[in-house]
Amino acid sequence: MKILTPNSIPEALRMLKDGSPDARPIAGATDLLVHWPDQRTSHAGPFVDLSRIDALRGHRWTEDELVLGALTTYWDIITDPRANDELPILPRAARTVGAVQIQTRGTWAGNIANASPAADGVPALMALDAEVETAGENDTARVPLDAFYLGYKQLNMQPGWIITAIHVPRRRCDFSSFIKVGTRNAQAITKVGAAVTHSDAGWRVVANSMAPTVRRCRALEDALDRGISIASPDALIPLLEQDLAPIDDIRSTAAYRMNVLARVLFHELAPVCPFIGTTSGRNAP
Amino acid sequence: MRAPETHSTEIHLVVNGESTRVSVDTDERLLDTLRLRLGLTGTKEGCGEGECGACTVLLDGLPVNACLVPAVQAAGRSVETIESIAPDRLGHMLESGATQCGACTPGVVISSHWVRENPHLLRTHSIRELMAGNLCRCTGYDGIVEGLAAAIDAENPDTHDNGERA
Repeated sequence: MKILTPNSIPEALRMLKDGSPDARPIAGATDLLVHWPDQRTSHAGPFVDLSRIDALRGHRWTEDELVLGALTTYWDIITDPRANDELPILPRAARTVGAVQIQTRGTWAGNIANASPAADGVPALMALDAEVETAGENDTARVPLDAFYLGYKQLNMQPGWIITAIHVPRRRCDFSSFIKVGTRNAQAITKVGAAVTHSDAGWRVVANSMAPTVRRCRALEDALDRGISIASPDALIPLLEQDLAPIDDIRSTAAYRMNVLARVLFHELAPVCPFIGTTSGRNAP
Repeated sequence: MRAPETHSTEIHLVVNGESTRVSVDTDERLLDTLRLRLGLTGTKEGCGEGECGACTVLLDGLPVNACLVPAVQAAGRSVETIESIAPDRLGHMLESGATQCGACTPGVVISSHWVRENPHLLRTHSIRELMAGNLCRCTGYDGIVEGLAAAIDAENPDTHDNGERA
């Protein structure tokens, strides 16, 4: 097994092409190196380490976007006062990933590319309408994050390309909430998760660990945008079921996941949506 | 199982303040470079999957799990291990009974040292959140948190503990 260390994007793309189809890019390597002594021989490789490429480093604020270079870590955003002020759902999500030792290494772009349905960074980015910028040898592309997953671990990206940046609109949200249900506060993989925002663009409700990919709950978003009355947590379930398909696995069950998601969403939304929980009278205007 | 195919490369890094050149396998973990090539065995391997924090070292001043860092990613950077910590820095931890079986202690000491060096982090984080990546299976967290809080208070006499720090 080889880890190659290119210094530029063109060099990295060339190495990925030469190593195709098995070559894979890595950044923080926090997922890859788990139980590495047992795993290293099972990969065909090589891995192309992007961490030396200056053009992928750091994040910047433009007039209308936060641009995360592909090497931007969770910790970079946790410690950025502006992110905490303007886009607090990002640092809030980042602080639920592993613990500090993972947050200092793991990257937002790696979280997207690794494509785990349980990814915690992805729902927060998706609830902000982030877009993914990718690059190949002769071209670049920009795809909305909510169109970036075609299926379980299937990315809407050309083979041999890499993610170069994530573009997050600097849109003020008058409501944002990040929910993670796991077995403990730190070092836990999400059983049920969601990121919810409201802005001029409307409602966004994004769930993780609830489908083969992180996914927007469009039927619920639409109901919220139209102000449709939702009387109870159970009344949310038929809306959620239109977009989500949780499974039984080692961490939880499909039934638990759907029940818990409906309940946490109901209790997050009821205080801010007068049309939610109205029949009980608890939120009557 | 076939023997792992190895590819070597030389990296240059600063370890505990000393400029160091070392030949590593390109797919080697920083943990193994430190322990097996440089003889810095104070850093321990616990779980090998980035959960327990026993292998915590500082990479360019930030805590990382050395079991999850490819050694080639430490090239040109600075690494601090438990061996760099002066024994007199451990006083508060000894007084509070912050060590029990000792398995987690090297990582706990490194993370505690980092929090002590960066007390501004306590404006946004609790000690428990900053230390959440260091698991103690004796469950001796109270002693660890109290020892660290006492050390920080002693080093930052001007800050007032609002009682929520821990």
